Amino acid sequence: MTNGDEGAPADSDASDSDSAPGPGADPDPDLDPLIADLLDGEHRALARTITKIENRSAGYRELVSQLHAHTGDADVIGITGSPGAGKSTLVDKLAATYREAGLTVGVIAIDPASPFTGGAVLGDRIRMASNVGDMDVFFRSMSARGTLGGLSTATTDAVKALDAFGKDKVIVETVGAGQNEVDIVRTADTVVVLVPPGSGDDVQMLKAGILEIADLFVVNKADLDGADRTVSELREMLQLRDGEAGTGGHHGFEETTVDAGSERTGESSDTTPDAPGVEPWDPPIVETVANRGEGIDDLIAAMDDHRAYLVESGQLESKARTRYAEEIRTLLREDTRELLAEEIDARGGLDEHVDAVLRRETDPYAVAEAVLEPLADCVAERRERD
Amino acid sequence: MSAEQGQRQIRCLVAKVGLDGHDRGAHVIARALRDAGFEVIYSGLHRSPDEVVQAAVQEDVDVLGISILSGAHNTLVPRIMDGLAEYGAREDTLVLVGGIIPDDDTDRLREAGVAEIFGPGASMDEMIDYIETNAPERR
Repeated sequence: MTNGDEGAPADSDASDSDSAPGPGADPDPDLDPLIADLLDGEHRALARTITKIENRSAGYRELVSQLHAHTGDADVIGITGSPGAGKSTLVDKLAATYREAGLTVGVIAIDPASPFTGGAVLGDRIRMASNVGDMDVFFRSMSARGTLGGLSTATTDAVKALDAFGKDKVIVETVGAGQNEVDIVRTADTVVVLVPPGSGDDVQMLKAGILEIADLFVVNKADLDGADRTVSELREMLQLRDGEAGTGGHHGFEETTVDAGSERTGESSDTTPDAPGVEPWDPPIVETVANRGEGIDDLIAAMDDHRAYLVESGQLESKARTRYAEEIRTLLREDTRELLAEEIDARGGLDEHVDAVLRRETDPYAVAEAVLEPLADCVAERRERD
Repeated sequence: MSAEQGQRQIRCLVAKVGLDGHDRGAHVIARALRDAGFEVIYSGLHRSPDEVVQAAVQEDVDVLGISILSGAHNTLVPRIMDGLAEYGAREDTLVLVGGIIPDDDTDRLREAGVAEIFGPGASMDEMIDYIETNAPERR
């Protein structure tokens, strides 16, 4: 389970009390014109803002800072699963159903990029057949450009743009392989994991680590042979985990831990305990046939339940807190790295140091300490003065 | 600071529009553009002009490549151009047309705002060079 985990990057969707009014608020003279247009509901401005976020164009940080005050109203849903599990088709049907209910939808679909050329073919859009010509479904393809940790930052910021634009539901769709992708879906309030029938035995499921991140399981293509087996295997895995949680109680969670034999699956891996009196969340398993639209209503109901649970248990807020903390840390790491890079450049690069290390006159640790020393001194001095 | 330095990547939409089921060419081009390091969004077959506009605007592409082999370019392309104009995307989107376009029609398409037309036999390198040279500078 992902909730409240310290490793989750930050996101934008908390029901913060500091949420500023959305579109229609008084124009702020300090506002970037692009952001003003975005808040005005111009699709082009939204699209361009996301481009700047993706490219990390000059000034994108300003834009994201200005967006923040307008975020916090959207439900963020993460959808992940192996290639071909039916994610895009399911997202298409979800979006259509939300639109029927009068809600607006933003979708970010992430596809892999070639590690060799950086190029990518982003094909998820092809499946969005139910929402063509409906500009209130804003669908954006993003490629996993290979910057370290950059993708989850870019995704978080793009979600903020959609949130500030006023989308009620923001869906982030990604292939659930690798740490990067897991980090991305963790930015969501509700994480849905798609499991196609016949996706291997229970060991495969353990290996994929999907049990830990899912708030909800969807067995898609439930009309295929083997769907029942997949459902029962999943259920078994979840019950096994219950057993562990029941006997472990390793997070100071005794009051709410449930009996080993019960169907309930506690949020026992959480760092934040549930509010008293709220039943722990048990990830349901929903069966769907996405291309025929079957089971979509059940899925939406289950997601709504999860949302209600997050609100009641106070986890929505605590999740948001950990996410923001992590976002700040990520930004600080990035900035510190750059500060150091500047310092190294200003002092003539690393070549001389490397030569000295090669000649065994010094060692990498000593060099690192020497480079960092002036910075550390500055920081210490300032801290004493303040 | 390097985080402020752009990692600009050219984004292209390869679109099949109208009643034209021939997508081999579009696939080949999508792949070649990907191998050239571009991000390529492929629309899929049988898209209406509105869908193409929606995709081009939302994806904020630098380049829109329209593949038409059906002969309906005189109707469909201007509609796409109008749609782009409606969302303020016409000025800074490089619109290319590929397919069978009679010489007599090329002027009309260019007047409508198409930057270049690539017919049969156009080389992939030529097209990639053209895109790299002419992809619009974004503000």
